[in-house]
Amino acid sequence: MPENIMNNFMLSLELMGKGLLGIFAVVAIIAAIIYLLGKIPSKKEQDTKE
Amino acid sequence: MEFLIEGFQNITPQMVVMWLIGGLLIFLAIKKDFEPALLMPMGFGAILVNLPLSGVLNQTMSGVGEVNGIIEWLFNVGIEASEALPLLLFIGIGAMIDFGPLLSNPKLFLFGAAAQFGIFFTVSMATLLGFPLRDAASIGIIGAADGPTSILVAQIFGSPYFGAIAVAAYSYMALVPIIQPAAIKLVTTKKDRMIRMPYNPRSVSKTVKILFPILVTVIAGLVAPMSVQLIGFLMFGNLIRECGVLERLSDTAQNVLANLVTLLLGITISFSMKADAFVNVQTLMIMGLGLIAFIFDTIGGCLFAKFLNLFCKNKVNPMIGAAGISAFPMAARVVQKMALKEDNQNHLLMHAVGANVSGQIASVLAGGIIMSLVPGMIA
Repeated sequence: MPENIMNNFMLSLELMGKGLLGIFAVVAIIAAIIYLLGKIPSKKEQDTKE
Repeated sequence: MEFLIEGFQNITPQMVVMWLIGGLLIFLAIKKDFEPALLMPMGFGAILVNLPLSGVLNQTMSGVGEVNGIIEWLFNVGIEASEALPLLLFIGIGAMIDFGPLLSNPKLFLFGAAAQFGIFFTVSMATLLGFPLRDAASIGIIGAADGPTSILVAQIFGSPYFGAIAVAAYSYMALVPIIQPAAIKLVTTKKDRMIRMPYNPRSVSKTVKILFPILVTVIAGLVAPMSVQLIGFLMFGNLIRECGVLERLSDTAQNVLANLVTLLLGITISFSMKADAFVNVQTLMIMGLGLIAFIFDTIGGCLFAKFLNLFCKNKVNPMIGAAGISAFPMAARVVQKMALKEDNQNHLLMHAVGANVSGQIASVLAGGIIMSLVPGMIA
């Protein structure tokens, strides 16, 4: 296989690793923040409890 | 009398092929209802730009000089200069999306991420076929199943295959109901598809719905700066929707803006469908690679769900992973339909919708990350 094709293929694998890691990292952070925000009771809920 | 036949004398076989392709796109749009809002203008535009000496393209007229053509002007201003048209469309798309099902079940975010696997797999396949990395990335982004993202990445990378990429992206989005069921059945068993998932959503406060677009923009922008234009405009549209004080703007974004930009975008993209750029072997390869992207997006999402099931007590129906593809709401509907077919009491729609909208964010992130990483790799 020509060298430039092999080089590009190896770069594409690196892109796959970094790309998927980046996407998962961002969505995991966002999901975690949303999960934690959901734990904060709203003012309306607090008024209702009182 | 020669001026009367000058047009006929300049017809080439490639132009005739493009007329047929334009006709096919119009047929698919009108008769088969395949993404008519984009495919019909693209089809008609393909005919306009492939008429000999067409006035919709810049022409040099003897005695007059350079005359600007409207479609070429729209392309130069609306896409080439600043990618304005796809980005403005994103405001409308953001205003249309309700992230509630996703926010009430945040772990669905992960399925949107997993369903972007097909993008990167296709990039690798494209490099093996001889495409340079920049072009391979432009082709792989078809797997984002998101027209504006595909257009933006292809344009920023200066891809000579812009037209084929746009046609592939929108055509395969319309074919999701045909592509996905076959891909899902390849990697799941009947037992997998019958897994039930109870729907117990958490309530989502208005504060969270308002903070969400701001948070996503900041976090995504810090990780992938090139994604700010994509994510930022998508989330701007969503913030207009969720803030509750801009109902007229939200309505305008969802309807007038989205429709107007869609109308112009379709016919503008056709500038890249000139015969000399479109009628070649690479276009056929790109159509094939685009199909691979969608198939492996689906497979990636399903396999990720099956992987999670190795560790989770409450099993996830693997088809939810397939719903993480960005084609909203078709992917969610496909999953709901397949689930009901296996078990008519198994309603997965809200889970599928949550995964589907997470795919909207993940696909835009994927585009932004690719735009951030690839230039450095090429350098």
